[in-house]
This record gives sequence, structure tokens and C-alpha cells, in this order.
Amino acid sequence: MTNASFEPVLLARINKPDSASLASYKADGGYAGLRKALDMTQAQVIDLVKASGLRGRGGAGFPTGMKWSFLPQNITGPIYMCINGDESEPGTFNNRILIEEDPHQVLEGIVIGCYATRATTAYFYLRYEYGHCYRTLQKAVDEMYAAGLLGKNILGSNYSLDIHLHRGACAYICGEETGLIESLEGKRAWPRIKPPFPAVEGAFRRPTVVNNVETMACVTHIVNRGAEWFQSMGIAKDPNNPRDAGSYGPKLYCISGHVNKPGLVELPLGVTARELIDKHAGGVWKGRKAKAVVPGGISMGFMSEAELDTPLDFAGPGRVGCLGLGTAAVIVIDDHTSMVDVLYNACRFFAHESCGQCTPCREGTAWSTKILERIRSGNGKLSDIDLLLEISSSIGTIPGTTICGLADGAAWPIKTAIAKFRPELEEYIRSGRKSAAPQLVGAH
Amino acid sequence: MSELTDDMKAKIREHFGHYPTKQAITLPALHMVQDAKRCVSNKAIEEIADMLELAPSQINDTLSFYGYFRTEDAPTGEKRVWICRSLPCMLRGGEELLAELCERWGIQPGQTTADGKVTLELAECLGACDGAPCMLLGDELSLRMTADSVEEHVKG
Ligand SMILES: Cc1cc2nc3c(=O)[nH]c(=O)nc-3n(C[C@H](O)[C@H](O)[C@H](O)COP(=O)(O)O)c2cc1C
Ligand code: SF4
Ligand code: FES
Repeated sequence: MTNASFEPVLLARINKPDSASLASYKADGGYAGLRKALDMTQAQVIDLVKASGLRGRGGAGFPTGMKWSFLPQNITGPIYMCINGDESEPGTFNNRILIEEDPHQVLEGIVIGCYATRATTAYFYLRYEYGHCYRTLQKAVDEMYAAGLLGKNILGSNYSLDIHLHRGACAYICGEETGLIESLEGKRAWPRIKPPFPAVEGAFRRPTVVNNVETMACVTHIVNRGAEWFQSMGIAKDPNNPRDAGSYGPKLYCISGHVNKPGLVELPLGVTARELIDKHAGGVWKGRKAKAVVPGGISMGFMSEAELDTPLDFAGPGRVGCLGLGTAAVIVIDDHTSMVDVLYNACRFFAHESCGQCTPCREGTAWSTKILERIRSGNGKLSDIDLLLEISSSIGTIPGTTICGLADGAAWPIKTAIAKFRPELEEYIRSGRKSAAPQLVGAH
Repeated sequence: MSELTDDMKAKIREHFGHYPTKQAITLPALHMVQDAKRCVSNKAIEEIADMLELAPSQINDTLSFYGYFRTEDAPTGEKRVWICRSLPCMLRGGEELLAELCERWGIQPGQTTADGKVTLELAECLGACDGAPCMLLGDELSLRMTADSVEEHVKG
């Protein structure tokens, strides 16, 4: 399928009048997928999702069907589903629009996913800032209970499920799946050491599945239209690489920063950053050129202008030194912007959001911010660049020094900024310039 | 006098059946109090702890982790405005917007205007980068903000 002939799937109902109501969702054929799923066995639903090749949309790209099959078999007692609606990775807003515009599409996928995994309670963890989403979801869930789509014996089947909305409290780390679980349990959102993984011991020490909002919306369509249809979109797995799981299906790309038309675009996985910017976001603003582009949320690091033809599938950004596809949130930075200010912003974010449990992350994010403050004040030293590089190569789960991936996300903007923009950083330090950005008190 | 109203207590109890532990109701309870009182007092912490069968220190441990909740010595103003300064908003004037509001209101981020009407807060990515720079007022997002439009929203 070419991008030109692509018909939106996840955004198909957006901008329709009353798109969030159960009546309008049903009028468009909604909940047919759930009916279909309830006529299948749980194993059949998992096999279908496995066959589709669906990979998690929350950032890590883990195959969804495989995650579901990790739950222990033949156990007694509850299994929980946690829906990750913490969406806080800078640049990312697709879950917000999905929930505001078409909550039932997401909720149908959740009920199907819970049925497949035998979960009888789902907690929808939503960041507090999404108050509008919260009220939209609460209304949608109420409609579902009234229509027999939630509660006891859903649609006359033997299957029963409750969904509870749970609001966060403004902390990025609640998006990390075990931080989310701790937060749900009423504690500080300190990520847990893994293993045990949530599938074995998660919320309330019970087997738990954590999935992203967009992932669940995809499940709805896979059950409706089948695995083959899903695989007709995207980039096939590399036959020479047995570890490549491919990049199938439609994807929501969030475009922000210096473009004429920031917004949400749905395309098959694998569109290039250049096509997104030029064809779908009206080009770089003010007739300027892009200097750097973030491919999938700030944690993924930077691509240079020369790398914009990289396909944004799960494997593409990694080939140009980025951490991965992340949340597919594309942030465009124009050629009038200082990479020192950009990198400072990224470092400051992670220093602010580090939960503080692991010394390398807590100290590394704080010191990288201080070093960039020094550079921005005109007092940087050329050796600061090597110091930053040393920090970035020693924090994270990849070097193995921290509990969670926040620290990897903090490292990648530093690594890629230095690898790709070192001459600019050096020139800035040599010049002894001060940043033109406003000085904000209490900035972190 | 109890800090938690009967209505709040009833709402907290409604949550009991939703979770296998009472501790899980910590965040919902803290939100109820913060929303109503603009801070969570020590007395409220004790009363929540009592209802959830926890030690007050357990509630305080959670409360202090999340920058969202205010203690009784630092309640927010009548309205609470958060301006985003993460990268996509920064690229489109988020920091300048913040600096302008600080100047107009004569306060720094984290502070409340002298008349007690507005608290200005720094936010990290609010999930509305398509409308950068953006703000959160209470729990509602507003997109494509200028200092004038922020002031209109706050008045309105
Ligand atoms: C620091 C950090 C923040 C994260 N934030 C989110 C988030 O806001 N939303 C999300 O779905 N996943 C987030 N993740 C990924 C989750 O840990 C987890 O992989 C995901 O929710 C699984 O769902 P999926 O398989 O459907 O993608 C984050 C991970 C890390 C390390
Ligand atoms: S890596 Fe950072 S955010 Fe993650 S658990 Fe450690 S200190 Fe917390
Ligand atoms: S950066 Fe401001 S809303 Fe995302």
C-alpha cells in the first residue's frame, strides 16, 4: 500500500459530529469487533494479535501478542490490565486526541485485550493534565455499563469486566510501566527492578499487562479486519535479521516544533521524516530549513538534516544513531535555533523528571544540566563536551547502571547532539556567548 | 471540625470496591482534597490515613513525591496556571510567554499573585504540543497561547 492511497484507520472518525458518543460509534459499526472476539477463544484472540505483528505504541515497541502470552497459565486469582495513558514524552499527544475524539475505539480494544488475557479489572491510568479526556472517558465508560458492554456478562457472554479510571499527578515517570503500577498502588512512582516483569508480578503483586492507548485502538481494528490486512501496511521484517519483528500497521505521527502545520498525521509505519514535514506539516516555517529533527519524543535523540530520509519505522531511527522510534513524535528544529538551548532544554527535562532512585540517573541528569547552564552563561569549557559524553555513556539500562529507561532517554539527546553537532557546540563555547533565551527562576 | 467533608468521605468510600488495597485510593483522595482546599493540610493527611488504614507518613511520602500537591504552608491561589516549557513549546515561544507573565504579574514561577487570585507554575510537556505554546488552567488545556489570551482565560 502506498502512502497516497492510505485511508486513515485510527483517525477515520475524527471530526465527525459527536464522534465520542456510543451512539455514533455504534452507527459506524462499533463494537462489532468485541462481539467477534467474544465468539473466539482467548487463545485465538492472542494468536490473531500475534499474527498481526502489532508492536506496542508506547515507546518500547514490544510485540503485543507475545506480551499477552507471557501471563502464567492455569492460575487462580485476578489478572489486571493497566492502560498507560500517562503520555508525557515531550512531543507526544496522540493518546490525547484518540481519547478526546474517539474514546470507544480505545475502550473496545481494551475490552478485547482484557478478554484475551482473562483480566477482570482494568485500570486506565490517565495523566492528571488530561481533564477533558478524563470526563470524556468517564462518560464513555458510563455509556458502556448502561449498554451491557461492561460489567457482568458482557453482551450476554460469560465474560465480566470492570474498568476504573485512575488519575495521575503530573510526573513523567508514571509512564514507565512499573512506575505506573507503584503510582496506582498509592505510592511514589519509583520504577521496580525487573525481573519480575509485570506479567508475572505486577499491580497488587498479581500478573498484570500494561499497554498503551494507541496499542489498544489497533487491537480493535485487527479483530475487525484481520491480521493480513494489518500486515498489508508498514515495513516487513528483515529476512536476514531473525531478531527484527517488522513494523506493521498504521501509526499516529505527532508533528510539532518549527513547521507550518503542527498536528497529528496517520500513515503506514515507515514514512520518512522528510515526507512528514514537507507533505503533511506544510514544510519548515518561515521558509527556513530544518537543522535537527527528533524522530520519536525527546528521549530518542536527534537526526540531522542529512538524515531526514530515514524511514520512521521501528528500525529506522536506530540506523542513524537514535535510540529508536519511541512514540513517533517528530519535533522539528529550524536552522535559526541554537543546539545549546535545545540540548539544555532536554537535559533540564530529565533532571526535573528523574525519580531519584538511581544515583547515576539522579546525579548524571542534574550535572549535565549544570554543565549546559554553564555553557549557556558563556563560561563553558571545551572539555565540557567530553564530560557530557562521559555522563551520557554511563547512565541507563543499556550500560546497565539504572533501574529504568528514563536514563537512556536522558543520554541519547546528549550523545546524538555531540555526534552530529559537535562543531556548533564547540564554536558556541569558544565564543563565550550567553544564551538569548529568557532566564527563568526555578527552572528545574 | 473534620477537614474531609462528609461528601468527600463518601466519595473515598465509593472507591473501596475498585481496588484490592485501600492504599490505592491515596491519589484519588489527595486529588479530592487539593481540588477543594487548594492544598492538603496535615489534618487532612491524618484523616485520609485513618480512612485508608495507613500511617500519615505513608500518605505524606506519596504526596511529597508528586509536585502537584501543595502542603498547608503553600496553598495555591484561586486559579492555577501551568505554562509548558518543554522542547516543542520552547521552540514556539513557551519560555518568552512565561517570562512575560512573570513580568506582568510581578511573580516568579511557583508563586501566587499578591491578591491571591493566580498561581503561576512551570509545566513539562502537557501533551498539547500541536498547539504550542500551551497552558493548563485547572485541569483543562488551552492551545496556542499568548500572554493576552492567558489573561483572558484566567479572568473568564
Ligand atoms: C521513562 C519512561 C516513560 C514512559 N512513558 C510512557 C507513557 O507515557 N506512555 C506509554 O504508553 N508508555 C510509556 N513508557 C513505556 C512503558 O514502560 C511500556 O513499555 C508501555 O506502556 C507498554 O505498552 P505498549 O507495549 O502498548 O507500548 C515509558 C517508558 C519509560 C522508560
Ligand atoms: S533510571 Fe532514573 S527515573 Fe529510572 S528508576 Fe532510576 S533514578 Fe528513577
Ligand atoms: S511541549 Fe508543551 S505541550 Fe508538549
